[in-house]
Amino acid sequence: MITDFRYRGASTSKKVFITVMIIVMAIYVLLIIYPLFNMVISSFKTNRAILSTPFSLPSSFSFTNYKNVWIDRGFSRYFANSLMVTTVTMTLVLLFGSMASYGISRYSYRLNTLVYMLFLSGIMLPLKAAIIPLFLLIRSLGLMNKPLSVIFIFMAMGLPSTVFILSGFMKAIPLELEYAAKIDGCNDFAIYRLIVMPMVAPAIALVTIYNAVPIWNDFFFPLVFLQSDKVKTLPVGLSTFFGQHSTNWSLLFTGLSIAILPMLILYLFMSKYFIKGMTAGAVK
Amino acid sequence: MHQMQRNKVAWILFFITPGLLVVGTFILLPLFMSLFNSLFSWRQLIRLEFVGLENFRRLLTTFPYQQRFFNALKNNLVWFLSTTLIQNTLGLLFGYLLSRNIPLSQFFKRIFFIPVLFSIVAVGFLWGMYLNPNGLVNNFLKLVGLGFLQRPWLGMEHLATPSIIMVNIWRWVGFPSLVFLAAIDNVPQECLEAAYLEGVSEWKLFWKIIFPLIIPSITIITVLTIIGSLNVFEQIYTMTGLDGAPNYSTDTIGTLFYRTAFGSVDAGSPEIGIGSAIGMVIYLLTFATSLLSIFITRKREVQL
Repeated sequence: MITDFRYRGASTSKKVFITVMIIVMAIYVLLIIYPLFNMVISSFKTNRAILSTPFSLPSSFSFTNYKNVWIDRGFSRYFANSLMVTTVTMTLVLLFGSMASYGISRYSYRLNTLVYMLFLSGIMLPLKAAIIPLFLLIRSLGLMNKPLSVIFIFMAMGLPSTVFILSGFMKAIPLELEYAAKIDGCNDFAIYRLIVMPMVAPAIALVTIYNAVPIWNDFFFPLVFLQSDKVKTLPVGLSTFFGQHSTNWSLLFTGLSIAILPMLILYLFMSKYFIKGMTAGAVK
Repeated sequence: MHQMQRNKVAWILFFITPGLLVVGTFILLPLFMSLFNSLFSWRQLIRLEFVGLENFRRLLTTFPYQQRFFNALKNNLVWFLSTTLIQNTLGLLFGYLLSRNIPLSQFFKRIFFIPVLFSIVAVGFLWGMYLNPNGLVNNFLKLVGLGFLQRPWLGMEHLATPSIIMVNIWRWVGFPSLVFLAAIDNVPQECLEAAYLEGVSEWKLFWKIIFPLIIPSITIITVLTIIGSLNVFEQIYTMTGLDGAPNYSTDTIGTLFYRTAFGSVDAGSPEIGIGSAIGMVIYLLTFATSLLSIFITRKREVQL
């Protein structure tokens, strides 16, 4: 397009501007890539080597550190716990969220807006600030140290944005499709399941990434509710690990690599979806 | 007809009840209970008697709560201002450059978003090690002959908060960049091309045409920055600890709130009353400042 910043045909001052801006952006790229690269090479080095020759490559690549952290320090369990909590939460958020969106956007009734507002009330207000009543509630439900505690809270965190995004998409589906299905004898659930859900599939992908990433990364609620080592999720496990091995940098870098690399690899394959999904709430 | 009406109500209830139960129990009820709890005195986890606004009075006027609270609030304000000034301005610049398809823009876009996906905890611990006196940052300064700039970054009162904020900006600047990119991409191309062909300067093109049209996204990013700044917790927890070391210089409302709720500021036992009062203050501040910024930017909004 003619408004593009291109070198060809640009005036000298514009060429200078483009060059300076590319340099600024390249510096940020280096600031992102090098620390991650250094993290990975440090995980293969000895503590002495990390401190004395921080920029050099490791003398050998041995995976003993990784085996140690993954198996003996329980990272495989933290990882499995995070995976379980995120999967269960997302399944329920998508089910309940899409059902609620259907109930809000596909019927007209007087309390329609009120129901919508009730769901949306959670979108702006940070749930962290209600940690005291949540703590008392979870305790009285007997859910301390049970994954179900954070699953419930993450569901509550995920539902408002899910309803917000999905009901917007569902409103755009023409009602005529529904009438046709009704004449063919479909009940409301069949319409939801067989007609509306397939049509909002792209939005479902969006909502999944929008919610799954923050849930996978969440630290605050598991910190409060999942204190026994058996149920800890990855971020809380990482934090415990840092408390126990604060001087063994080689091991700490290994732990960090294990926590960070899976997300990075997943992103490299699906970057488009991640970018679209993560910014879904802020971009109309 | 009656039968059909009843049928419709049953279906609506079927669809909305599960979600509404979860939101009601884990968002609305706790929200209401925060307010309720803040009006009572507590001994550990036992609610004693109604005391009205006494908890708020103690928080705002008595030692040590008053000192800690205003110190933390000041830090949250520093977080908000520097994030807006550095991160969001940089995000706007990056978003603009990417929207104009600067060479390598697809590559930049992909890389910029990488740290956004990492947990704050992992990023905090990673940079905590790099900012250590023996860490990568000081080693790098020595390597490039700037050894005189070496500092214990997280150990000095006036440097600790700025250092943590820079780490957070490192992690998050890709987010506003791509939100602004999406907003600018929505500006009709014909508008830009027409202005461009008229010979409007780059500077004017941005400020007179693009900027007024992307005000809604600026509002959203500002509100998200407010919410984010008031919720700073993990960053402090992982880099300088729950007490906001050194000497409370990195303390924020989030860490103060956590210490108050789960092991008191001084005595070491939970202070549910004062803690709930802090929770209410967080809610009120979030609500009021978000509303204010929406109000301010709404007035400048322009529609085609």
